[in-house]
Amino acid sequence: MRATVNLTPKMTLPFHATAFALLALLTAASASPVRADGDRRAAVPLLPKYRSECAACHVAYPPGLLPAASWQHLMQDLPHHFGTDASLDAATVGELTKWLAANAGTSRRGREAPPQDRITQSAWFQREHREVAAATWKLPAVKSPSNCAACHTTADQGNFDEHQVRIPR
Amino acid sequence: MILRKHPSLVLCLALAVAALGAAHAATPGELAAGYASQAGTTAAAARGEQFFTGKHGREWACASCHGAPPTQAGKHAATGKPISALAPAFNPERFTDPAKVEKWFRRNCNDVVGRECSAGEKADVLAWLMTLNK
Repeated sequence: MRATVNLTPKMTLPFHATAFALLALLTAASASPVRADGDRRAAVPLLPKYRSECAACHVAYPPGLLPAASWQHLMQDLPHHFGTDASLDAATVGELTKWLAANAGTSRRGREAPPQDRITQSAWFQREHREVAAATWKLPAVKSPSNCAACHTTADQGNFDEHQVRIPR
Repeated sequence: MILRKHPSLVLCLALAVAALGAAHAATPGELAAGYASQAGTTAAAARGEQFFTGKHGREWACASCHGAPPTQAGKHAATGKPISALAPAFNPERFTDPAKVEKWFRRNCNDVVGRECSAGEKADVLAWLMTLNK
């Protein structure tokens, strides 16, 4: 008789299938970057259009860093986007808003709606960066706390692991 | 099925699809000509350079992010994000997608000039960018 493992009371799988699934999960976990919201689940793969439209000007902020309400609020006023015109056609705005809302933050951190929809104004962001000196933020290579990639060398892949941090001099 | 009876229809369809695709691609020269004819003027590269490098009563010039001359990567003035070279000779992707070109002119002219750019201004800037060669 083949060994089986109970997943739920109604679901059983042959042992080798379960082992394979576990192995796949482990492999995925080791290869996937740490999510910026501290959630250990794999980072959400970015919608290609999100990358091409939004990340042309700034880091592709992981959608989990803001709650759905903040994303919706941001997307409603792209012509006035933190001092610049980031307007897009209505179809693209709709598509991106839907994707952002579907992948918005739901973790303890990600649920927090920061002032002005600024990720950098979140309590968790400020707590995580409290050891960064004021002078570091002002470095020409940094300029703004929103410039994640200045120090987080793998920010563009959604990886904010502390081990990948290199603070410029 | 109708396509099996009329193989030439398949060819027609393929050609139509190819033509539709081609309608979106353009060359910098075609775009420049389009803007100039829309403006009813001849483009002037010198005027384009002045427009691109100068400020227009606001914080940023085009060159604030794209550099001057924009023959190598620039840097977003607010976020520091690298911006690939704008001059088409240094970046063959530039000025080949009319919708993309219009989108960026609309946004960036709003940031730099506080309004949309005229067809004449776009023609001038593009004329100057096309003079920048390796």
